Amino acid sequence: MAQMNLLQAINNALDIAMAENDSAVCFGEDVGHFGGVFRATSGLQEKYGKTRCFNTPLVEQGIIGFANGLAAQGSTPIAEIQFADYIFPAFDQIVNESAKFRYRSGNEFNVGKLTIRTPYGGGIAGGLYHSQSPEAYFAHTPGLKIVVPRNPYQAKGLLLASIRDDNPVVFFEPKRLYRASVGEVPTEDYQLPIGKAEVVQQGSDITLLAWGAQMEIIEKAAEMAKKDGISCEIIDLRTILPWDVETVASSVMKTGRLLISQEAPLTAGFASEIAATIQSECFLHLESPIARVCGLDTPYPLALEKEHAADHLKVYEAIKNSVNY
Amino acid sequence: MNTDIYKESPVVHTAAFIDGHSVEIPILKILQQDGTVYDGAELPEINQEHAVKMYQALAFHRVLDERMIAAQRQGRISFYMAALGEEAASVGGAAGLEPQDMIMAQYREQGALIYRGFSLENFMNQMFSNEKDLGKGRQMPIHYGSNELNYMTISSPLGTQIPQAAGYAYGQRLQGQPAVTMCYFGEGAASEGDFHAGLNMAAVHQCPTIFFCRNNGYAISTPSEEQYVGNGIASRGVGYGIKTIRIDGNDILAVLKAVQLARAYALEENKPVIIEAMSYRLGAHSTSDDPTGYRTKEEEAKWHAHDPISRMKSWMLAQGWWSEEQETALFEKLREEILAAVKVAEKIDKPPVEDLVSDVYDQVPQHLQKQLDDLKLHIKKYPEAYPFTAGRIK
Ligand SMILES: Cc1ncc(C[n+]2csc(CCOP(=O)(O)OP(=O)(O)O)c2C)c(N)n1
Ligand SMILES: [Mg+2]
Repeated sequence: MAQMNLLQAINNALDIAMAENDSAVCFGEDVGHFGGVFRATSGLQEKYGKTRCFNTPLVEQGIIGFANGLAAQGSTPIAEIQFADYIFPAFDQIVNESAKFRYRSGNEFNVGKLTIRTPYGGGIAGGLYHSQSPEAYFAHTPGLKIVVPRNPYQAKGLLLASIRDDNPVVFFEPKRLYRASVGEVPTEDYQLPIGKAEVVQQGSDITLLAWGAQMEIIEKAAEMAKKDGISCEIIDLRTILPWDVETVASSVMKTGRLLISQEAPLTAGFASEIAATIQSECFLHLESPIARVCGLDTPYPLALEKEHAADHLKVYEAIKNSVNY
Repeated sequence: MNTDIYKESPVVHTAAFIDGHSVEIPILKILQQDGTVYDGAELPEINQEHAVKMYQALAFHRVLDERMIAAQRQGRISFYMAALGEEAASVGGAAGLEPQDMIMAQYREQGALIYRGFSLENFMNQMFSNEKDLGKGRQMPIHYGSNELNYMTISSPLGTQIPQAAGYAYGQRLQGQPAVTMCYFGEGAASEGDFHAGLNMAAVHQCPTIFFCRNNGYAISTPSEEQYVGNGIASRGVGYGIKTIRIDGNDILAVLKAVQLARAYALEENKPVIIEAMSYRLGAHSTSDDPTGYRTKEEEAKWHAHDPISRMKSWMLAQGWWSEEQETALFEKLREEILAAVKVAEKIDKPPVEDLVSDVYDQVPQHLQKQLDDLKLHIKKYPEAYPFTAGRIK
């Protein structure tokens, strides 16, 4: 065990993946000598050389196109997109290529070895283009897996699982927590399961569901609700696609209530998808409408980011509304 | 066109590659570092009034950058990007245009906005994201924009303005406006797909666009040697069939000359031009960056000796268009004014809560109105948590 922040846990996972697999290659804008603008790839070029950890030209469609080719060839690309806000030039390569490579070729070819890492999320005074949470755009794309860790321990285990998973994975890293989240992390190799949610806290009155940096927010709201005598069950979804319906549904059958919170705007966010599925799975068990506490349906602002955000106070209010419905 | 190429190409019967570096691209230099003009160099059109205006913009730029980096260190603003050592590209570029020409910049071109007369208050209000910011406090510092001054609001996603500049210029041409579009971008952004799309669109559709690449050697930590292998960015202009020129970007007279020529050509011929200005990013990429992680002090020192501002100053002094007394007075005045403006701007309120939902569409749709109403009720319940807006909700 060692104390690590989220960046160090990611760096450690990359190190393990590169050490065990000579075909694992890390690349993206500024990831080489400098180690990435957040330093997630720090020291990897020194250790594994310029052919396995390098800067690319500044072109996201190029980075992912290159990664698709490399994965199809049988190597293990771990591509970094500097900010999730800048993933869109690569949208075509991800949505039309990575996601469909296996299906369209009848499994003659695949890019299952591809992993795309990218920092996402707000609360860092980043304004429109350094704050977005674009997971729902990708969740609408069959063929991708989408993973979001909430802390250093989760980040290392889930990233190693993502790199080894035989499907293209988009791995969203909560950048607000990069240095803020510190915890005990095993120094040895381990994996956490993709496609499995985790019940973080047992409770009986309402199920709170989130992922990534939003976990901290619902945990804080649950603390507030506890003082009012409300017992919250807390679940980290961990994988957005394919998501763990079973764990969420069995929790909701127990508590009778569900609140989903996401940083992204409300409309057509992944919370909406969960709400629809849980409604049909748990209809007769529900004691109140499923609540969604999300960002406003606007671009991510700067000066008023506090007002825009799905913060713990908004979650707390929604918990009370649900319980008192 | 393909058949034309087939007809026009000389025929050979021995297989041989032409070299990827076979296009030789000269670099235009007019002004030497000591302020003297190269022998035989052809000066741009310039008179004393014009030159003084340019020099004042350079000085404003330098002092603004110094002050705002300090303000960021003191925690007064969240972020800043300076253009230390590259000021000639933006100031000289704007000086070669007419006010009706659109400027679509990347982010390190505040010099163009200074030259066009964007007020100090406007700069400050944007950086402090207060309620007087023309952009309503929505974007990070330095994302300026002004409809009045024909300066398109900066967008962080790189390269997006490049094809837009082709479209904007096409519209200017279509409507018979005596105007061109100037599009700035870095050599890093020139790797984006949008760069290639934009140049080809402009060439094929005959758009009066001036593509101005600031080649400052770095894209954050990535040196240009890791950005491209070809002959800079200029060689790509040749590939797209676009008139191309490479200049010393720290030579403001070369910048002015190239832009004056480019503007005249773009307007008369309805065709794009590409200018590659060679320079060096002397400072950090931004206040979030520390260049000691990727380059040496010696390398930086070499470029300090090519300062574009002292180069212009020497020339101005030699012309008798400027004096040391004016110099001292100007810099003193700018320092005082900028410091005072910081103090004013930081006290102005943040934008009202209504600005969260305005401008998403031309009108606020029903669902956003409801989200705003709910938000206001929530803020009233927890006023301490939302100090910027709580006191002003009716
Ligand atoms: C699409 C996109 N990808 C990545 C970034 C992050 N980023 C911001 S500035 C920058 C470097 C730009 O370098 P260059 O174009 O040479 O301009 P310079 O900073 O040197 O003026 C990068 C990678 C971005 N803003 N947009
Ligand atoms: Mg650059």
